[in-house]
Amino acid sequence: MTGLRTTLTEASVNARTVDIAFLSVFAISAIIFLVLFVLLIIFAVRYRRGRPANRGPLPKLMRREIEIGWTTATTFLAIFIFWWFVAGYGLPPKAAPNQLEIHVVAKQWMWKTQHPEGAREINALHIPVGRQVRLVMTSQDVIHSFYVPAFRLKQDVLPVRITELIFTPTEIGRFHLFCAEYCGTQHSHMTGAIVVMTPPDYASWIHAQPHGDTQDREGEALYDQFGCGACHAPQSQVHAPKLFGLYGSSVTLTSGKSVRADDAYIKNSILRPRDQIVAGYAPIMPSYGALANPRAVEALTAYIKSLREGAS
Amino acid sequence: MTEAAYLQPPPPDYLHDGHTLGSWLFTTDHKRIAILFALSITFFFFIGAVAISIVRLELVTPAGDLVGDDTYNKLFTIHGIVMVWFFLIPSIPATFGNFLLPLMIGARDLAFPRINLLSWYLYVGGAAFTVLTLLIGGVDTGWTFYTPYSTMFSNTAVLTAAMGVFVVGFSSVLTGVNFIATTHTLRTRGMTWFRLPLFVWSMYATSIVMVLATPVLAMTLVLIVAERWLGLPIFDPSRGGDPLLFQHLFWFYSHPAVYIMVLPAMGVASEIIACFARRRLFGYSFMVYALVAIAVIGFFVWGHHMFVSGQSPYANIVFSFLSFMVAVPSAIKVFNWTATLYRGSIAFDAPMLYAFGFLGLFTIGGLTGLFLATVPIDIHVTDTYFVVAHFHYIMVGGSVSAFFGALHFWWPKITGKLYPELWARAAAIAMFIGFNLTFFPQFVMGYLGMPRRYHIYPPEFQVYHVLSTAGAAVLGVAYFMPLFYLIWSFRHGGRASANPWQAQGLEWQTPSPPPHENFIVPPVVSEPYDYHPQEGPTAGGETSA
Amino acid sequence: MSDTFLKPPFETLERQHQAVSFGMWVFLVSEVLLFAGLFAGYSVYRNLYPEGFLVAGRQTDIVYGTVNTAILMTSSLTIAVAGRAARAHFGRTARRLLIATMTLGLTFLILKGFEYREDIAKHLLPGPSFALAQPGAEIFFSYYWVMTGIHATHVTGGLIAVGRLVIASRRDATWLSGSASEDATALYWHLVDVIWIVLYPLLYLTGRTGHG
Ligand code: HEA
Ligand code: HEA
Ligand code: HEC
Ligand code: CUA
Ligand SMILES: [Cu+2]
Repeated sequence: MTGLRTTLTEASVNARTVDIAFLSVFAISAIIFLVLFVLLIIFAVRYRRGRPANRGPLPKLMRREIEIGWTTATTFLAIFIFWWFVAGYGLPPKAAPNQLEIHVVAKQWMWKTQHPEGAREINALHIPVGRQVRLVMTSQDVIHSFYVPAFRLKQDVLPVRITELIFTPTEIGRFHLFCAEYCGTQHSHMTGAIVVMTPPDYASWIHAQPHGDTQDREGEALYDQFGCGACHAPQSQVHAPKLFGLYGSSVTLTSGKSVRADDAYIKNSILRPRDQIVAGYAPIMPSYGALANPRAVEALTAYIKSLREGAS
Repeated sequence: MTEAAYLQPPPPDYLHDGHTLGSWLFTTDHKRIAILFALSITFFFFIGAVAISIVRLELVTPAGDLVGDDTYNKLFTIHGIVMVWFFLIPSIPATFGNFLLPLMIGARDLAFPRINLLSWYLYVGGAAFTVLTLLIGGVDTGWTFYTPYSTMFSNTAVLTAAMGVFVVGFSSVLTGVNFIATTHTLRTRGMTWFRLPLFVWSMYATSIVMVLATPVLAMTLVLIVAERWLGLPIFDPSRGGDPLLFQHLFWFYSHPAVYIMVLPAMGVASEIIACFARRRLFGYSFMVYALVAIAVIGFFVWGHHMFVSGQSPYANIVFSFLSFMVAVPSAIKVFNWTATLYRGSIAFDAPMLYAFGFLGLFTIGGLTGLFLATVPIDIHVTDTYFVVAHFHYIMVGGSVSAFFGALHFWWPKITGKLYPELWARAAAIAMFIGFNLTFFPQFVMGYLGMPRRYHIYPPEFQVYHVLSTAGAAVLGVAYFMPLFYLIWSFRHGGRASANPWQAQGLEWQTPSPPPHENFIVPPVVSEPYDYHPQEGPTAGGETSA
Repeated sequence: MSDTFLKPPFETLERQHQAVSFGMWVFLVSEVLLFAGLFAGYSVYRNLYPEGFLVAGRQTDIVYGTVNTAILMTSSLTIAVAGRAARAHFGRTARRLLIATMTLGLTFLILKGFEYREDIAKHLLPGPSFALAQPGAEIFFSYYWVMTGIHATHVTGGLIAVGRLVIASRRDATWLSGSASEDATALYWHLVDVIWIVLYPLLYLTGRTGHG
């Protein structure tokens, strides 16, 4: 069935912002274009060859002044558009308290998502309406891009790196998920569905899912296998931070900045420890980017999360 | 040249001195080399066109029922590679630039005729690689060659494709060097910098971009070959490579490259509009500064192709700002062209129709560029058909229209024959209609979320795709018409006088087609675009006041 | 004699000379950007893997590196003097100096060849059997091979260009004094040297400097 589509639902807070920006820039350009168009028509008619018209030299005023005039005008218009629609935008929104953190792994050619409780999905993502969602994404092979037109959001998903996408769905419904970065043969098959549900529906849905809490066991095994304990174990000689109760705490970095030790932070510390060095420690931790595949990193993170005070 | 020149019988024109194949393949005459280029790029245009015709046919239905996934990917990849590097980049500079630059500045030839020939052979060499690529199964990376896909995952002929582009890159560097040196050292007496026709200025600006940007692409391709072929880790993230480095290197070339593709078109438009409006070009010096400004600022906006790549949001903001700045000089040019028409004496021969087409479509393409430069909007529409529409509006609607404009404007000069005006106008109009029908729907479906490089797609987009394909059919026919009536005109067309348009510019002061050494009597240099009936001498044209 | 050199489209010899050397300058700018692309990547990774690069930098063969640097600089000298000689109409001397330049260039390539052989023996060619474990070390060597390789091809190009002069001037050496391609070739040769002067610290002194 070929339903013609002429509008696109605004299903996130961001979608509004984007549409407003789009319509405004559209209005501005439309005006500019129409003015030019009308002028072209008028000149084309009035000064058609053979038609009598004043073809005398230009009035003095219509020389440098006007030139400088429209140059500055355009410059200011450009700066205005930039300042109004871009300057404020782009920096990721503040993390809301009840933020829902979902892990996304992209691979040729499918999307794997995992909920905090461990529930996993493939080429689909169920989320509750009105609650801020934070996607922590990585790729197992090439670059992909997580694109939800209804949210007007897109973010490339890179191998060995973590990228994030934060949004708040505002509409209940089923929306397209596309892979927007060309990734090989079945790029166009790498699509899925984003299902936005009422919080109760979501609760019951998540409840019905099989839970993958075996993950932190798996992580523990890897932790030994990679010999993380050699440095991080409490009794270790190497001067390395203790990982107990690390999760959720705030860590001060050598740069002086202090960051919240969330999943993304921990994953980054494993994949690219050099990015953020904890204050008072040497940057001796090797990167596990090459050894640990995304799944392993997920597991390790899950394990480190489970290392709460008293726990295990 | 001496008085004797008048007494001697006129020397044979460049088409007729020498008829052997060798006299063409080993010529160092810029005019003949221009013809060689013209024939080769036409051939490649049709390769790219056939490829995309199949794509368009495939996209008529949401399901992938005409070709398979891999074939589809190879089709749009070869389309992009061929159209950008083998057609559009050499299109105006290597043909009209080659032919006209020496004529317009009153020189006998380019500064380095043998290097000029060499750059044609390099072009053909690179082209050979591409054809080879096609023979051994094509390449499927998209024209952007993004890593790690191109180096570690694609199992198609990436190497041959990359090498082909690499070689052709050298061709355009040499052309650039040649043009720059020529403009500096071979201007005839009285041809001061600010008397140069804007077409020459546009060639000069283009050449600067070619010389500065192309080597970076060349190096990037070398690195791709090194990683893919020799297994040296350079971009591969799993061996410590930075996944974004390639994109920075690629776009550092490819954004300036888009100005390589449009500046020459701007030059052509300036010549045609001034001539058919019989008006001195409005704000000549501003036009010159604008060209140079575009060329320079164009080097600092590449990051606008990477807004969602994971580069820092601060970088995004900076690149966004610079992209808005690069739009300003283009704006100036658009306004000046329009103002040139004011109080003109406008004739609507085919070249002028193409120039109008260029003006309107380039403006639409450019304005949509502003949408893309606006970060929040780009995050939504990047890698959708909105982008595809944006660049086709500029590259096809703008540059290709200008190319056809130039073809008709200088056809009498190049061949010494007149083309059938009616057919030409019909083609121009058909091209304009077909073009908009093809690409306007793409803006809409792009904003509605239709991703690019998609072989199969959700049914709600079908209507737009059908429209677009219908448009492409019209466009296709329109592109074929000149092929036929121009060949006809070359055979049976009426003889063209030295200056059929009563145009200004030195190239019109020599017979059409010009003799081997360009000028029998040294040309007389006057103020540029000395059309204005009242001011200064006129080269004909009504002065109804 | 001038008309033997004057080629169309030029009308005067000095204009032609100007054009040739100006054209060469423009081309050199292009060449510089070619390597700039490499240097950009190099520095990105050097910031990403400081000690990987330090460790790897110590593995390159400083002896070969330094000797080759000396050789190239001498060759620059010889070709420069050759130019002077040519302009002063000492055709023979000029020609001999050009030959000297070529021999130096060749020695450079031969030495580079030996160096490469040792590098391979030391498993410094990136790949499964690569010698160093530090992250980044392998990337350093990717750049080492690409940079030196491309530079070597440029040296070869230079040799061909100089060779052309030597052959062209074998009949009468005064040819050198008139031809424009003499200084153009010299310019190119100097560029090839300058680039090596930049590569030398990046590839051989890294990791051997103080903070190593
Ligand atoms: C000839 C080719 C050409 C030209 C000239 C341009 C010109 C411009 N382009 Fe375009 N662009 C491409 C070819 C071109 N582009 C291609 C091929 C791609 C896709 C590559 C790929 O991914 O495959 C692309 C992609 C592209 C992107 C990335 C989209 C994405 O992938 O997410 C962006 C983002 O900023 C952009 C912006 C611009 C801007 C601001 C201009 C400006 O230079 C436009 C300036 C002109 C005007 C603005 C019109 C005239 C002005 C007026 C009428 C006055 C009003 C003006 C103001 C108020 C300022 N382009
Ligand atoms: C630079 C110049 C240039 C030119 C001139 C064109 C010309 C055209 N392009 Fe081009 N296009 C690009 C540059 C160009 N394109 C680039 C860079 C890309 C990106 C590639 C990538 O994503 O990597 C692209 C991608 C691209 C796509 C997106 C594919 C995708 O993302 O899946 C589409 C889709 O409609 C398209 C359409 C067209 C059309 C209809 C024309 C028309 O103008 C063509 C008109 C010609 C014809 C319609 C054919 C004429 C008739 C014949 C030759 C006879 C046909 C014979 C048989 C079929 C047997 N192009
Ligand atoms: C060679 C010793 C060493 C090994 C082995 C090691 N680390 Fe580390 N790690 C460190 C040091 C030192 C730091 C603090 C400096 C820094 O942030 O890099 C650190 C920091 C971290 C942090 C951030 C801690 C904080 O307080 O912010 C995490 C998480 C971490 N490591 C996890 C791991 C995991 C998981 C492994 C095994 C896969 C591992 N490490 C292996 C030395 C090591
Ligand atoms: Cu994944 Cu495209
Ligand atoms: Cu761009």
